Amino acid sequence: MDLLIVILSLVICFITGNRIEKNHYKNIKEREIKLYKSPCVTFEKNVSNSPKIIQSDLVAESVVIGCDYFKSFLAGLKNLFGGNVSAYESVLDRGRREALLRIREAAVKKHASAVINVKIDTVMLDPIGTKGHPKVCITAYGTAIRYGR
Amino acid sequence: MILTNIESVPGMRITAHMGLVSGSTVRAKHAGKDIMAGVKNFFGGEIKGYTELMNESRKEATQRMIDLATKMGANAIINVRYATSAITVGASEVYAYGTAVKVENIQPRVQG
Repeated sequence: MDLLIVILSLVICFITGNRIEKNHYKNIKEREIKLYKSPCVTFEKNVSNSPKIIQSDLVAESVVIGCDYFKSFLAGLKNLFGGNVSAYESVLDRGRREALLRIREAAVKKHASAVINVKIDTVMLDPIGTKGHPKVCITAYGTAIRYGR
Repeated sequence: MILTNIESVPGMRITAHMGLVSGSTVRAKHAGKDIMAGVKNFFGGEIKGYTELMNESRKEATQRMIDLATKMGANAIINVRYATSAITVGASEVYAYGTAVKVENIQPRVQG
């Protein structure tokens, strides 16, 4: 009976998790194409020889994303044999792209031309030793700048 | 208050250096939200309740840092950094820190 419940929830989570991931990737790709031109994101700090900057402001956004039951089960199995744990890779990839998209969208709202010195901070939200499926908090922040005419 | 995470404020000159300012906060959501987040986590995807929590905490920490800088008489904070750490399940700390400075406008230079 217990085994049946485990198998059933694995199947349900496999279906829902896959569906959510697919939809999320679709959504991310659409927004990335939309934001293709503006504003650009760079990791450099040096802006001294650029045109006159009339406005600068900090933009920061967080995303908390979790692994579903099926993924953590799969990752547990993979851990035994070693190798790439692709189930977690896609979760982190989605989180980072989402966080970057959000700061770009926040920058667009401020009419910024670029976001410079972008930092991405990744933190596991479950302290070591607690049970449960891993969740990560990804924070992206940078300085949104606007060039004058 | 001007916040940047680079070493200067573009278009302005730093006239005084006030030192390090920081602000931190530990926040949690009520139990109902925690249960909903647990359910959401089971099925996968973004956990909106916790995203909201982190955004609130970050704003709160930033506000505390700004209050401290205002008390010091600064009008900008440069080199702002954020650090997050998990304390227990459902509660996390956000720490914001930076350098409080006084800045003034420089005359716009003629290009070329």
